[in-house]
This record gives sequence, C-alpha cells and structure tokens, in this order.
Amino acid sequence: MTLISLVKKELFERKQQLFTSFCTILLGITAIVAINSITHSSEKAVKNELERLGANVLILPKEASVQDYYSADIGTGELPEGYVKKLSASGIHGMDNLSPKLSGKVMIQSKSFILTGILPKKEINSKAIWQQSNMLNFGSALSSATCPDSTIPIGKSDEELLSQKRFIESLKKNQIFVGYEAAAALDLKKGSQLPIKDTTFDVVAILPPTGTVDDSRIFAHLHTVQQLWNKPGKINVIEVIGCCQKILDGLVPKINALLPDAKVMTVTHVVETQLKTNKMMTHISWVFFTMIVLVGGASIANFMYGNVNERKKEIGTLMAIGANSRFILKLFFAKALFLGLAGGLGGFLIGTLMAMALGPHLANISVYPMPGLLGVAMAISVSISLIASLLPARRAAKIDPSIAFREV
Amino acid sequence: MIQLIDIDVEYHLRGQSVPALNLVNLTVQDGEFLAIIGPSGSGKSTFLQVLGGMLSPKKGQVLFDGVSLYEKSSDQRAAFRKTNIGFVFQTFNLIPFLTAKQNVQMPLLLNRYSTANQEERASQLLSRLGLADRLEHKPSELSVGQQQRVALARMLSNDPPIIIADEPTGSLDPDTSIQILDFLKELNQEGRTVIMVTHAPDAAEAATRCVQLVDGCVNEMNIDNQRPITLAASNM
Repeated sequence: MTLISLVKKELFERKQQLFTSFCTILLGITAIVAINSITHSSEKAVKNELERLGANVLILPKEASVQDYYSADIGTGELPEGYVKKLSASGIHGMDNLSPKLSGKVMIQSKSFILTGILPKKEINSKAIWQQSNMLNFGSALSSATCPDSTIPIGKSDEELLSQKRFIESLKKNQIFVGYEAAAALDLKKGSQLPIKDTTFDVVAILPPTGTVDDSRIFAHLHTVQQLWNKPGKINVIEVIGCCQKILDGLVPKINALLPDAKVMTVTHVVETQLKTNKMMTHISWVFFTMIVLVGGASIANFMYGNVNERKKEIGTLMAIGANSRFILKLFFAKALFLGLAGGLGGFLIGTLMAMALGPHLANISVYPMPGLLGVAMAISVSISLIASLLPARRAAKIDPSIAFREV
Repeated sequence: MIQLIDIDVEYHLRGQSVPALNLVNLTVQDGEFLAIIGPSGSGKSTFLQVLGGMLSPKKGQVLFDGVSLYEKSSDQRAAFRKTNIGFVFQTFNLIPFLTAKQNVQMPLLLNRYSTANQEERASQLLSRLGLADRLEHKPSELSVGQQQRVALARMLSNDPPIIIADEPTGSLDPDTSIQILDFLKELNQEGRTVIMVTHAPDAAEAATRCVQLVDGCVNEMNIDNQRPITLAASNM
C-alpha cells in the first residue's frame, strides 16, 4: 500500500461527497476550456480574414486620406522610402510585413490606369490572396474567361505555380504584371509587351481577379517606377500587416511616434470587431474563472473540512500509531491533487469537445483542440484544489491524537 | 524502563481547572504486564495519553529508558510511538474503508516498508491471530472479536517493545475477552512491556502487577485480591 493507493481507496469509498466537488471543478474547467477554445479559434479566423484582406495598417502621407488610398488616387504627398528601413530597425513588435508602394496614374491607349511600384517579395508576402495556389493564374486565364469564377485554372502543378511565384518575386527592371481588369482592357497576355512612357515592359504575369483595386493596376518594380517618374527614394504608402492583438495593444501610436510626418490608419472596423469579440470572450472567461475559483474552491474546502471532521478519530488513530503532521498534510494534499488533476483532465476533454460541437453554431467557426490548454486547465484545477485544501489539511494535521482514545 | 515522575495534569473546562492526574509517580520495568484499574473519570485515559506522548502534562516528566518524552517535538514523539509503542483501543479504531490486511499494513506504510513486505508481514500477523481467511474483509464484515484481533495485528506490525491497551476487552464478549487477554499475556511472555487500562477485575488478573487510579492518584494493588497493598497490609 502506498500513500496514493490509500488516497484513492478513501476517495472512492466516499464517492458521493467526491462527486459533488468533482462536478463543480469539472464544470468550471469545462467552461473555461470551451470559451478559450472558441475565443482562440475566433481570433485565428479573424486573423486569417485580415490576412486574406491584406494590409490592415496603412502609413500614408499626412495630406492623403484612406479614400485616396482605396481609390488609388494617390497623387497627394509622398513619404521617404527610408521610412521602411526606419520601421524595420525600430524593434516595434507586431508588424508582420511592410510593403512600400509608389502609385500614380498613367494613360495607356487613351485609358487611365494605376501604375504601382512595389517591392515584389514584400508585396507577395502581404497578399495572401495572391499566395493561394489556385489564384496564381498567370496568363492563360484571360483568353477564355468572362466570369471571374471561370477564370480560375484547374490542374496547374505545384511546381509550375511555385516557379511563377518565384518569377514575380524576382521582377526585373523592364517587367510588369497586370491586374485582371487592366489586362482585359489592354488585351494583354503573359509575354505581351506594353509601352509606358518611354519604356517598353514585358508582361510576366496576369493576376487573377481579386475583387479589389488591384484588378485595375499595373505592377512594376518600385525602383523602376521611381525612376520613371523621377521620384527616387519616394513612396506614397506603406502597407503593413499588423498582428491584430498588437494593433489593439497600441501598435499605431508607436508607429506615429516613430514617424510623426506620416498618417497611420488601421482597417478599423475589422479591428474593432475583433476587439469587441475578444473583450466579450475575455470577460466571459474571467467570469467563469472567478466562478470556479469561488464556487469550486468553496466546494472543495467544504468537502475537505467535512472530511476532516468526519475522520477526526481516524486521523487521530493514524497519529497515535506514528503518523506525523507531514504525513497527514500529504494525505490531504494528495487527495486535492487527485481531484484537481481529474477535474482538469475531464474539464479539458469535455470543454474541447463542447467547443468543437458549439463553435460552428455560436461563432460560425471551426474549433480545433488546443493541446496547450490542457496544461492551463490542469494548473488552474490543481491550484484551486490545493489552495482550497490548505486550511482543512492544516486543521487535520493539528488534530490531537488523543482523540483516538475517546469512545465516540 | 518507563518512569512517570510527579505527573500533574489539569483540564480547563468553562474557566475552571479540573485535576485529572495528581502528582502521579510510577515506574514500569521492562517486561512487566501492568494493569491500571479505576472507576470511570479516575484519569485512566488521561494516564494512557500522557504515557503515549499525546498529552503534555502540566508538570512532571515521562522517561523512557531515561529519555524525557516531552522534551521531544510532537513529530519526534510520533516517530517514537511508531517504533516503540503499539496501541490497542477499546473501539479498535480500524480504518473502515480498508481491508483487514490493509489496516495491518498502515503502521508498515508509515515505516516505509515496501508494498510486498507490508503485505507479507500483514498476512503473517493476521494468520497468527487466526484471521488468514479474513485478509480481504473490511471491518464492517468482521465480528467485534475479529476486529479486535485485526487491531492487535496492526499493533504488532512494527514489533513494538511496549504495548498500551485501553480497555481491550471493553467491547468484547467473555470468550473473546479471554482470547485477547491470553494473547496479551503471550506477548508479555515474549518480553514486551504491556500496560493495560481496564475496569474489569477479571481482565486485571491477567497482569503481573496492578495499580489503581482514584481521583488522579495511583495506589499499588495486590494482584491476587486487587485490594490496595497498604490496605491489605493493614487488614492482615
């Protein structure tokens, strides 16, 4: 017989008392795990959505507005390209990608288009929609498509798509790629040539339709565009993919402080929605946490006190036959530990299953198990059990062993 | 040798001091079988608690082979009990959710015996007490006599040189009482010191020496007629 087997026998002998305390802690942990799983998946879903949308922080010249940016009417004001380096070197956390651009209108075949200078690799990093393999449709889509959906090619090999991505990433001085609508308007294909101002460019790729302003743009290398307009070292926007939580934690003021001459904007409605969801979930989580601490703790403390009172003579006898106070403390803490571990594990399993079942209905998201929460659930559950058992255990350890000689 | 020197114990109830033991002096030699008799409320249980290191006296000393028990901490006294004293309780004090064998294993667990050694020794002791076929029975599934025998086996598990028995036959029928007393005598004959509190004159006859506790004072008794030695002498 060991201390653990002794504790297990005692716990299972008094199942009814155990059941109440176990259920309290189990339900509390279940709720915490379920809420956190749903919250985490919700955050992830919003993050994915933000990534799909592209940049969520814009750094614009002071005089430019977001409307200017969205309408690609960025003739007002410029920023030094050096701001990108300054931001990169600033050590500000939460900026996943910095994508500088210089845009301006060009007239081609008597039609107005936006020529946008980009750093290709950074641009691809910022456009999750470009990175999706089935969207990397360069060239062939235009010939047969009128409906956007039908332009998506099927059957391109991964190797081919990868090589196209690399091609764009290493965009040369006289190369461009063209948005879907612009290509259609100019009847361009991969391999076509297009004169802009005094330079003739090779079309290396046609972008798939994205439903954004990119569809009517022509993209060239940033430094080529700067040279074309004689604006070396100038840009008119830096698109930033900011970590959503970091935006909430004050990313914008930090950038503002660093670049006082620039205007820093966020895609506020998305961030605010995320902020509200997070806040609500965090509040609910705290409510449950408080509940489990109070109700679960009280229930376990009550169970333990009852157990001490009921077992006074038994504990006294153990002490009479040689158990010291440390052994009695261990006996009660082992019981609390067992209760905490079982409650934590059970709560994690039920909470995870509940979140997976309810997530799609409550938040319209898929919830996946979060193994990391197991440790958190165990830690909370065990801590509450141990803390709630502290006073009852100390009381048990102080029982007068002479109670063993009393007849009652 | 156990010596109780000028032991004085008082209880405090509702602001009043109630004397329980009044300057008790007693020496118990190794290998003695001492019976302590006395009416209810005479201080017998208090005496055992003081002797067992569980109740610190207001005054006086308890010496085991010259070492003062109450100069040790409570955990040190618990450790002393664990290896030197075996207790037999009137109501057996078995742990209800453990089997007979597991109850006997308890002191062995406290002494950090391995599980295999615990089980082997517990089975041997219960077999010695005629309970080989009751190893896996819980106390509620045993008769009172069997329960007391389990308690005796538990008491013996650490092979203690001193046995303190509190009314060991108090809850038993006459036949079972005789069995238990015979067993205590057997343990005494093995060289163990047995100190037994009883209110039953028949039980006291099993001892080799008898003292009476009256109003917290000890009187040496004649073991044959259980009358105070001084009184017996004066009547002679």
